[in-house]
Amino acid sequence: MAEKLRVNPILCTGHGLCAELLPEQIATDEWGYPILSGTPVPKGLRKLARRAVNDCPALALMLVGDR
Amino acid sequence: MTSGAQASATGRQASLEGTVQPGATVQPEATVQPGATVLPRLLSASGRPADLAEHLRVHGRLLYRGGARMLIHSIESAGLTGRGGAAFPTHRKLTAVADQLGVPVVVGNGAEGEPASDKDKTLLWSSPHLVLDGLQLAAEAVGARRVHLYLHREPALVRHLESALAGRAAAGLDRLQVGLVTAPARFLAGEESALASRVGGGAALPRFTPPRVFEHGVDGAPTLVQNVETLAQLGLISRYGPAWFRAVGTEAEPGSMLTTIRLADGSGGVAEAAIGTPISQLLKLDRYPARAVLVGGYHGAWLSPEQAGRLTLSNADLRPLGAAAGAGVLAALPVDRCGLVESARVVRYLALESAGQCGPCLNGLPRIAASLNQLAQRRSTPADRDDVQRWSALVERRGACHHPDGTVRFLRSALAVFTDEVTLHEAGRCSARSPEPFLPIPAGSPAREEDWS
Ligand SMILES: Cc1cc2nc3c(=O)[nH]c(=O)nc-3n(C[C@H](O)[C@H](O)[C@H](O)COP(=O)(O)O)c2cc1C
Ligand code: SF4
Ligand code: SF4
Repeated sequence: MAEKLRVNPILCTGHGLCAELLPEQIATDEWGYPILSGTPVPKGLRKLARRAVNDCPALALMLVGDR
Repeated sequence: MTSGAQASATGRQASLEGTVQPGATVQPEATVQPGATVLPRLLSASGRPADLAEHLRVHGRLLYRGGARMLIHSIESAGLTGRGGAAFPTHRKLTAVADQLGVPVVVGNGAEGEPASDKDKTLLWSSPHLVLDGLQLAAEAVGARRVHLYLHREPALVRHLESALAGRAAAGLDRLQVGLVTAPARFLAGEESALASRVGGGAALPRFTPPRVFEHGVDGAPTLVQNVETLAQLGLISRYGPAWFRAVGTEAEPGSMLTTIRLADGSGGVAEAAIGTPISQLLKLDRYPARAVLVGGYHGAWLSPEQAGRLTLSNADLRPLGAAAGAGVLAALPVDRCGLVESARVVRYLALESAGQCGPCLNGLPRIAASLNQLAQRRSTPADRDDVQRWSALVERRGACHHPDGTVRFLRSALAVFTDEVTLHEAGRCSARSPEPFLPIPAGSPAREEDWS
């Protein structure tokens, strides 16, 4: 199943770490908060996406089933 | 539309269906059934608050259905939708909660955080027993064992409800004891995840979803949240039936709804209207011309007088324009006021009401408000308008709740409807003759933790 990235904006502290790891899927706004592409994570990026999720210091990033 | 006679015949039948509990008597023939097309239905016809004796004289005792889900079919046939703003079909929410594994909690939402709306407070004053009947019936329908009423923290109103509940306890009407929970006077207090947090003993702050409140709400239990007007409608439909309910309103959006009206002459109040009533009629636009009309409150949208003049109060008419009937707020801006000044006041208020939990909302809304204020005060530079557009796109759909989305909807409608005024302001002028504020803005923005509980 295709998965998408989602961020819990209450937990996210805007480190921007995720955007550095995965610029194809995550940009940052002018305040440093992640802007997600909203598109399913392609196969080739899944590993990196999982790493971004695991490395988020605020536990704010997640992969969810694409609906 | 169904004819009145047909509807009331069906209504009588409907009050006999389902299991009648001991002590819940069907109304004797002599009791006058409300005429199907006569309004008000929800508000007390006498204009005085309907005490328990009056409520029982007019509507009789509530009729439990004798089991979970029994009422849901009637609600589906009636086509009742939520009156808290989103117009979500009520039967679908009842079913979704009844389908959950745990024992549900039911909460009546009377927070009415919207400053331009008075209809829930008015309803709770006027017809507390219809709301409380609906609360018991909703609890029965989803199999709940715990019910709460969440209402504005206004001591007189809380006492009014306490005494209504005491009267019902003495008369043996309620199966479940209702816990009253007060809502802080915050715009977001009535958002359902904030409500669930508050009823569970926390602060009235929105939380991230999923899980949704219907799956995981008050203390983790599946939670049904219905606006108090929706509950009162349930109290009526359970007695008079779906056909009676449909005797007013449109085929797609049946029934009546409470509206909070502000006419351009400064007068106004709460009125019950059939869905599909022309907005010009509700706002008496031919007698009191308006510069613009606000529909749906501070998360709603401005309409030009021409648009308002040809539309009815219905989502079928309003949604194509990006507006919605919402919780029934209708305000006619007097011709001598400035729509940009009014909108800037509202957006500033909305920015201050942000719970400040999410980065984009915390950073974006105050900046948007400040730039809009520059425009309203005729101090803006061309960069301000670009900033407002960019920040609007940056906050949209990026909050844990819909506060940024509603704020942006309101703001964009202001820039669209008052586009001539924007041009004037950018040239340092303003067409308004009166600086008098029009839309109500509560004093005191949240400053401390306690302001949210
Ligand atoms: C920012 C925000 C504020 C809200 N405030 C209220 C409110 O004050 N009262 C209310 O009944 N619903 C309010 N709602 C809607 C509730 O979340 C919920 O959908 C509603 O109470 C459900 O009842 P209904 O289906 O009967 O309308 C608000 C929603 C949002 C996004
Ligand atoms: S790494 Fe986590 S906390 Fe940092 S910006 Fe990304 S989602 Fe937010
Ligand atoms: S989007 Fe804004 S108002 Fe909603 S929870 Fe986040 S910070 Fe609070």
